[in-house]
Amino acid sequence: VDETHAGTPGPRKVGRAVFLGAVLGGVSSLYWGNAAWSRVSAAISPLENGLPLVPTGGWRIYTVSGHLPGFDPKTWRLELGGHVEKPVSLAYNELVALPKVEQVSTFHCVTGWTVKNVRWGGVRLGDVLGLAGPKPTAHALEFVSAEVPYVDSLTLQQAGLHDVMLAYEMDGAPLPRAHGAPLRLVIPEMYGYKNVKWLKRIDLVRTPSDGYWEVQGYDRDAWVGRSNGYGT
Amino acid sequence: VKPGYRRRFSRTERTLHWANAFFFGFLLATGLVLYLPSLAVDIGRRPIVQSVHFWSGIAWICVLVAIVLCGDRRGIVRTAREVDAFDRDDWRWLSGRRPAPQGRFNAGQKLNTLLTAAFVVLFLVSGLLLWLGERDTRLRFASTVVLHDGLMYASLVLLVGHLYLAVLHPATRHALRGMTTGSVREEWAARHHAKWKAD
Repeated sequence: VDETHAGTPGPRKVGRAVFLGAVLGGVSSLYWGNAAWSRVSAAISPLENGLPLVPTGGWRIYTVSGHLPGFDPKTWRLELGGHVEKPVSLAYNELVALPKVEQVSTFHCVTGWTVKNVRWGGVRLGDVLGLAGPKPTAHALEFVSAEVPYVDSLTLQQAGLHDVMLAYEMDGAPLPRAHGAPLRLVIPEMYGYKNVKWLKRIDLVRTPSDGYWEVQGYDRDAWVGRSNGYGT
Repeated sequence: VKPGYRRRFSRTERTLHWANAFFFGFLLATGLVLYLPSLAVDIGRRPIVQSVHFWSGIAWICVLVAIVLCGDRRGIVRTAREVDAFDRDDWRWLSGRRPAPQGRFNAGQKLNTLLTAAFVVLFLVSGLLLWLGERDTRLRFASTVVLHDGLMYASLVLLVGHLYLAVLHPATRHALRGMTTGSVREEWAARHHAKWKAD
């Protein structure tokens, strides 16, 4: 033992370096954390079912009220109203009888997480709007969730993007309750908070208004990578 | 302190440890309700759970600071110096070479303490950024949520190792007594912490 101490200096104060290094490394991860995490989650995704602590597929379930709305296919209806030629009320079986479309897209949450390759199945928003016939005075749409008080809006132009849809299927199965069963808006060009879950009503209106998060300062035009402080 | 025993942790140190343990457990539980989809669906009530989680995080930091300020401050500073200092034997200990006589804290305990303290700071910073970023987009970073979640995983790894050594591993679990009653057996201390001089 004594040999190892021959001529050695006293203890060195390196603990503070470990502490500061960990803090600075952690803070710096604000800039590289997401890229690193997507590699890690790609590597562990085959094991995910065996790792109960990892959220399935990278989803996090964000809600604004105490309970997730329920779904009864017998009583559920999608209402279309406001500035339309003919108000429409669709039952679930009428909705799924409309021409079906599918898309695979990436879901971006404004808080930073993304889910790649989500397979949505449903109807084009334009097809549903066509049933009601927007009046010339209608320039925007207001989406009302069964989760009170969640609402959000799109301009008619934004709603006309080719891949905007009302989804009743996710990854080949009926839309799960946590993801907005039975119907949610999908607009992959915009952050998740525009993709209203538990959709129950669409109103055509003259001008768009602030949705649930927009009242609290989020951007109304929530383009992925170009809004809410990102990409500016 | 009973004969044959030696005082290892002061009351301030023990209070700090158990307050930290309590708040970590509570924040882990409420955090998982927010994080795991299955719990988010079964338990729900996200807005309430969210503010309970946030405000108990603030309370966590305040309680830790208050314990240090109201307790044996000098003792805590002395402990911080011990944890800061790594000598030749600590490096030998970390690289698995023996003998490597250790002080009151062995090198692994020092590392655990330093990382845990760093994680507390990072939990606070990332948690505040999550809360503030919801209110001001200038404070929003794409990776804040990844940092906060990553800290949770890293802390769990430390915690599992810590619990194994403190509760299960036969050679080391006597240390738990030091954190509950404050003292450990002289004979155990001589074996595991040979360089630790009694006060």
